[in-house]
Amino acid sequence: MSLLKSREVVLGGVIVLLLAAIASRFPGFVAPANLGRVFTDTSPLILLALGQMAVILTKCIDLSVAANLALCGMVAALMDGMGVPMPVILGTVVVMGAGLGAINGALVWGLGIPSIVVTLGTMTIYRGTIFLLTEGAWINAHQMSDAFKAVPRQVILGLPVMAWIAVAAIAGVAVLMTRTALGRAFYAVGGNPHAAVYTGISVGRTQFAAFVLAGALAGLTGYLWVARYAVAYVDIAGGFELDVVAACVIGGIAIAGGAGTVAGAVMGALFLGIIKNALPVVGISPFWQMAISGAAILAAIAFNARRRDPGRIILKRAEVRA
Amino acid sequence: MQPDPASRDGAVLSLRGIVKTFPGVRALDGVRLDLFPGQVTALIGENGAGKSTIVKVLTGIHQPDEGQILVAGEPVRFPTAQAAGAAGVTAIHQETVLFDEMTVAENIFIGHAPRTRWGLIDRRAMRTRAAEILRGIGSDLDPATRLRDLGIASKHLVAIARALSVDARVVIMDEPTAALSHKEIAELYELVEKLKAQGKAILFISHKFDEIFRIADRWTVFRDGAFVGEGAMGDVTEGDLVQMMVGRSVDQIYPKRPARIGPPVLTVAGYCHPTEYEDITFTLHQGEILGFYGLVGAGRSEVMQALFGISQPAKGACRIAGDVRVIRSTAQAVQAGIVYVPEDRGRQGAVKGLPIFQNVTLPSLARTSRGGFLRLAEEFALAREYTQRLDLRAASLDQDIGLLSGGNQQKVVIAKWLATQPRIIILDEPTKGIDIGSKAAVHDFMSELAAQGLAVIMVSSEIPEVLGMSDRIIVMREGRIAGEFAGPAMTPENLIRAAVGIERSAA
Repeated sequence: MSLLKSREVVLGGVIVLLLAAIASRFPGFVAPANLGRVFTDTSPLILLALGQMAVILTKCIDLSVAANLALCGMVAALMDGMGVPMPVILGTVVVMGAGLGAINGALVWGLGIPSIVVTLGTMTIYRGTIFLLTEGAWINAHQMSDAFKAVPRQVILGLPVMAWIAVAAIAGVAVLMTRTALGRAFYAVGGNPHAAVYTGISVGRTQFAAFVLAGALAGLTGYLWVARYAVAYVDIAGGFELDVVAACVIGGIAIAGGAGTVAGAVMGALFLGIIKNALPVVGISPFWQMAISGAAILAAIAFNARRRDPGRIILKRAEVRA
Repeated sequence: MQPDPASRDGAVLSLRGIVKTFPGVRALDGVRLDLFPGQVTALIGENGAGKSTIVKVLTGIHQPDEGQILVAGEPVRFPTAQAAGAAGVTAIHQETVLFDEMTVAENIFIGHAPRTRWGLIDRRAMRTRAAEILRGIGSDLDPATRLRDLGIASKHLVAIARALSVDARVVIMDEPTAALSHKEIAELYELVEKLKAQGKAILFISHKFDEIFRIADRWTVFRDGAFVGEGAMGDVTEGDLVQMMVGRSVDQIYPKRPARIGPPVLTVAGYCHPTEYEDITFTLHQGEILGFYGLVGAGRSEVMQALFGISQPAKGACRIAGDVRVIRSTAQAVQAGIVYVPEDRGRQGAVKGLPIFQNVTLPSLARTSRGGFLRLAEEFALAREYTQRLDLRAASLDQDIGLLSGGNQQKVVIAKWLATQPRIIILDEPTKGIDIGSKAAVHDFMSELAAQGLAVIMVSSEIPEVLGMSDRIIVMREGRIAGEFAGPAMTPENLIRAAVGIERSAA
């Protein structure tokens, strides 16, 4: 446990060093207002990383989150075009996102298909559905109502609503992970699926729940994304699922399942968000962003690999007795 | 005991004074073994006698700490499996060691395929030689067939062909008939006769006395990692062999308290499963420790898993405290008051990465939460209560369970189940692979539980443990109940007779 904690401490230290390095040349970057902007800008990544974390904890992966986001975002924009009131739109995107997640979860649970294959398929299907709904047409800012565009940008206590939603999601998922039986089940299923079964926890149902959570967060983020950038089209957030997985991995969520914290996932997302926002300021080509996040992923995995499973001794002993 | 000559005349392979220790276990304690060309030697012993270890020493998987391996009288060493193969020693493993997606020929020659001039695998030579080997054991399998298209008996033939592909002089068969039907067993006997005729020395490891007497020429008995005796099959009776397997009487002290046996809590009637067990009927009483003995693979764990809802019996009924219960999931079993501490703690018990207290409370979270939220203080209290009762040695309950010793992990797993306040606890090999101190603690605690009115089923393959701890013992053999013993009938001889399938009258 102390090792797990130290992993988050290390990542936090890296982020502080990163900020200090940037601040040494561009003090404006660490001004509270700018940090608030960076956090707001990173909110979608944080929201999706929280959902992805639950999925990865259960030994699965959800590659369809970005497509889910895009589809729900498009549906939100279409509903707004039809004059549907905001609360209904918000409710719809969350339920619809959860539903899309439930499709993933049901395929993994019921048919036992590996999640990477399931979500690779649904990722394409969800994107394709956007095309079917719109025939490839864009929905631009002037086609959206002011109320629709206003919600995420509305500033309360110095931060936009979008950032507050991310804060609320962080708190909610943290409570879910540490203070509920479902959260505990995520860890147990990923940590040792056999033992989970022997404990009366259904592995499939727990994985299903993780996919629904990831889907609901993706659906909500879909609306926020489309409203904030005031545009909806087939390819929004294209490739974003890989950023989400990267945030989780950098944040120390073990890709083999069963280990990781909300703090880690959030910091992993912030790390990527800071790099993305700082590079233009520092004057480095955004193409370096990919190289840097790639290097960060490898560094994180190398760091995590050092603490892996001392438990095989027991199996060896059992083998000896046999 | 006979003198211990350096090597028997004519023995193709001899072991002398082989010692092999593992941390905490002396698996082989100066054993000897002689194998002769054209003869089948049966290696006989109870669970844990050291049979599997000797196979691993012979095939270069384990290195002996002391002792000699002699091939045709010359001392040799087998540092690797390849070295053993090169010396002509080969073992026939179960079909699980084969590769389903490869062809028969590829499976036979994996690791030592014939090469072309260019160093590439010579497919044609491989197929021709595979066909030759298969013909040699009387099979006309096409070497180009993919293994996944074959039945289990054919796969077994492939495993045998693979063993013979290294020009074997010594063939080891470790429980070769365990997975075979009657017809396939008859074919295997024919094959053994063929190998004998070819002058190969065969080491035949089996629990089944009928087949030992049918096929073997010589016998060797091990007990607790030590050599007990050897001789020709013609000079020995089943009774003699049982006597040698059992050896001395129970000499360990078990903390068994006199039990106050209460009313029945669990009645199992006619549990059947298509492949694992048949017609399992028994009753378990409050305050009783019911031992389940049998040889490895007798179906005991499978029955227990059915009781715990991990699998379902095809037929049969189960009553708990008088009510008929159908248990379809482990959650239902826990609700009905049945809990199961599995044999394979590493895989089925402990969730590594989670701290001790969370492992303990995993099935009890409904009790430690209020309004859907977990209460860590209550979790800690619950975990502390039960781990203290089991005398757990840990720095802190916040510690990762993976850092504990095997014995302490077992205590955590038992504490986890006791915290659900069950009526029936099933312990599957509760002391397997744990140190002596933890063993005593587990035994002590088991007695205490029974004294408190819990009904305990203990599956154990250790005769002293099962005799020392049980009020009553059920012996299973090949998926059936082979005998039930209580009071003075609980003797090592009776258990082994039932487990290997010798009728009482034969004694």
